[in-house]
Amino acid sequence: MRIELQKRPGQSALFSILSPFIALGLTLVAGVILFAALGKNPFDALYSFFIEPLTEVWSLHELAVKAAPLILIAVGLSICYRSNNWNIGAEGQFIIGAMAGSILPVVFHDWQSPLVLPLMLVFGMVGGALYAAIPAFLKARLNTNEILTSLMLVYVAQLFLDWVVRGPWRNPEGFNFPETRSFHEYAVLPEMIASGKTHWGFGFALLAALLLWFVMRRTLKGFEIAVLGQSARAGRFAGFSDKGMVFFAFMVSGALAGLAGISEVSGAIEQLRPVISPGYGFTAIIVAFLGRLNPLGIVAAGLILALTYLGGEAAQISIGITDKVSRLFQGLLLFFVLGCDTLIHYRITLVQTGLATRQGGTA
Amino acid sequence: MPETIAQLPLLETRGLTKIFGSLKACDGIDLLVAPGEIHALLGENGAGKSTLVKMLFGVLSPSAGVVRWKGKPVEIGSPGQARATGIGMVFQHFSLFEALTVAENIALALDGNVEIGRIAEEARRLSLQYGLPLDPSAHVADLSVGERQRIEIVRTLLQNPELIILDEPTSVLTPQEADKLFETLEKLRGEGRSVLYISHRLEEVQRICDRATVLRHGKVTGACNPRLETPSSLARMMVGSEVAAVSCTGNQPPGGILVEVRALDAPGRTPFAVALKQMNLSVRAGEVIAIAGVAGNGQSEFFDVLSGEVTVANADAVQIAGLPVGHRGITERRMLGCGFVPEERHGHAAVTDLPLTANLLLSRHASDRKSFLSGGPLGLINRAAVAKAARRISAAMDVRKSGDDPAAGSLSGGNLQKFIVGRELDRQPKVLVVNQPTWGVDAGAASRIRQALVDLAKSGSAVIVISQDLDEVFEIASRIAVINEGRLSEAEPATTMTRERIGLLMGGFHDGTVRREEAVLAH
Repeated sequence: MRIELQKRPGQSALFSILSPFIALGLTLVAGVILFAALGKNPFDALYSFFIEPLTEVWSLHELAVKAAPLILIAVGLSICYRSNNWNIGAEGQFIIGAMAGSILPVVFHDWQSPLVLPLMLVFGMVGGALYAAIPAFLKARLNTNEILTSLMLVYVAQLFLDWVVRGPWRNPEGFNFPETRSFHEYAVLPEMIASGKTHWGFGFALLAALLLWFVMRRTLKGFEIAVLGQSARAGRFAGFSDKGMVFFAFMVSGALAGLAGISEVSGAIEQLRPVISPGYGFTAIIVAFLGRLNPLGIVAAGLILALTYLGGEAAQISIGITDKVSRLFQGLLLFFVLGCDTLIHYRITLVQTGLATRQGGTA
Repeated sequence: MPETIAQLPLLETRGLTKIFGSLKACDGIDLLVAPGEIHALLGENGAGKSTLVKMLFGVLSPSAGVVRWKGKPVEIGSPGQARATGIGMVFQHFSLFEALTVAENIALALDGNVEIGRIAEEARRLSLQYGLPLDPSAHVADLSVGERQRIEIVRTLLQNPELIILDEPTSVLTPQEADKLFETLEKLRGEGRSVLYISHRLEEVQRICDRATVLRHGKVTGACNPRLETPSSLARMMVGSEVAAVSCTGNQPPGGILVEVRALDAPGRTPFAVALKQMNLSVRAGEVIAIAGVAGNGQSEFFDVLSGEVTVANADAVQIAGLPVGHRGITERRMLGCGFVPEERHGHAAVTDLPLTANLLLSRHASDRKSFLSGGPLGLINRAAVAKAARRISAAMDVRKSGDDPAAGSLSGGNLQKFIVGRELDRQPKVLVVNQPTWGVDAGAASRIRQALVDLAKSGSAVIVISQDLDEVFEIASRIAVINEGRLSEAEPATTMTRERIGLLMGGFHDGTVRREEAVLAH
């Protein structure tokens, strides 16, 4: 007896739409079981995890601040994944973008001008794009697996940041703490809404989502992305360059991850530290899939995943469980999303083996 | 009319059915194979022949129905069980390791541990006995397709089967190689073994088969003695209706040269790809040039070079309307008025999961930029214009589909091919290059596609058709060239070309095969 995945003849349109919601529901069910096993009242825990953060204005701002990098990165990743380029290294591109954007306020901190902020954003995007060009180059020229190279470059970026803030970029007036100077006023990304902390990074995220949604839906470039993602051979037949697409997809997503990085540093942290991201680059992979690789779906998915970060912090305070629970929820969510998607395309069948032999014997 | 069979049938199936999802690939098949007969299984591509024999050989398990072997019901759960029962099979696509020798390949397929020297000896004996010359110590990579098929046959014979199933064995053979195969089959019949012979070629079925079972859409539509039938009555059973003949009348004298291939060399891009050597060809307006040849002799490589998916070092080696284009890509060649139809529909000529409109844009986004795109460098897709063109193509080529704009993968092979050919015809290309235009296409669609190619040439375009199907080649070509191991023969007028001559050219005028065979026989 063995289990086989059999391709379904057609996919249900209804369930394709419902899939992320079913996955969310299953994640909540798993959460109930999890909290019950921890000896907490599961409904109180879920309330403080998923509802409480939505009841105060300041925490709604907090939600937007956390969602901004997730959406920016995931929108870029959706271009990569749709074109069949598996960029797993957005976390690294986020860090390098943040560092490249911080050159002006950290190294040239005496130059204070309204030009600094726009230049920082441009530097951030260029830094992220160039860092993403490394795995793209390796894939296009040497046929290496981009999943491995882009993932490994994350660790390179993390260690590079760690070294820079402890070494050359350490704040000379900072009592030897591993931090850079705090950014001056021209280097800080302003708030978007008067009532709280939401900075312009959230605006960039919404803008990027709208723009890429339009590109995917209406333009020849979007068509090229879809064709090359489904069949490189058909793409070449259409006259599209598959190698060119590797660079395009990686560098667009690298630039957006870099923009997310510099926005986070300049809008929320206002200096560089050894760790500047709670894993946004990896969580964005979940966001991209939960949003069905559709830029507008990704906006919604980004807000949901941001909630798991906030909920983790809230649950730590109110019911005293570790904030690792938020990672757990993110993992469960990805598992259920991918599971639901698989079951939309395939059905599980049990295949009887050995039966034939037995029947043959009795015949 | 079924004949009465005196002895017990060797193999009998009753109501054998196989369902894939919602598709009934085989629907209640009744089949009788008598001992010592060559039994043909006739049907078009997709009629269910391969599914049926895969069930008989234990590769697929039936959804319903029974198989009887010498009168007793049997369950064949695996190829191993099939071999133990006494059924052997030679597949259409070989499963051989190119880097190993003939004897090693045979040893790999045998159950149990037999010493390799004994296998080589036995293989040599069998190959002489059945007229299948084969050198057990030769490496498979050096052998021709016909020789590789002999390995598979010898491998099957080593199991001493009572029923041998051959799946489209002549589709990869030259006419001469096929003749040799038929002699072997007759020897096997003489020994009292049965052969189940799958084919869609009427001529050879009439020549060697004692009885035939005809399948259409997964059902048996006739059982007969093929020698008592006419080709058209067999075709009717296969297709279900009369097939329109292609009319080629009214060939006007050819015009100026539109495609010129001159001393074209292209190295193989992978170790097992075919390198193109010193090819020459010129095609004039108003001509259909057919390039015949056995599969795997450089057809796809030649197509890629003509289409510009692969560029060549020497720009002059490929010229279109007098312009050297060897360095130019497929888009630039399309802009010069060329259209291309590759062999593989799914994932090359079309993207399976995208709708027909998107697949129309696939090959025409550059040539029809003015009507399909707007917004200048933004490249906004003008969906209404694309949809209108797609409807026009579907109507012109009689593409049958469910819904207005279904995914390409939901169309049958024939209908998708009609759309893909129609997509190029719709812009009246000056040059059209088609690789295997009717591969896996039902007879009705094939006849329509062939007629469209002939009509395009009549209207003053140059058409190059690369095809393995000799009937098709003779039906539509004004001149015929033959491709063999990456070399192209001189194109000769179809009126003076014969099948025998094509067969010789297919076998290769520079070939080592013949010499090697003599060496083996001399042992």
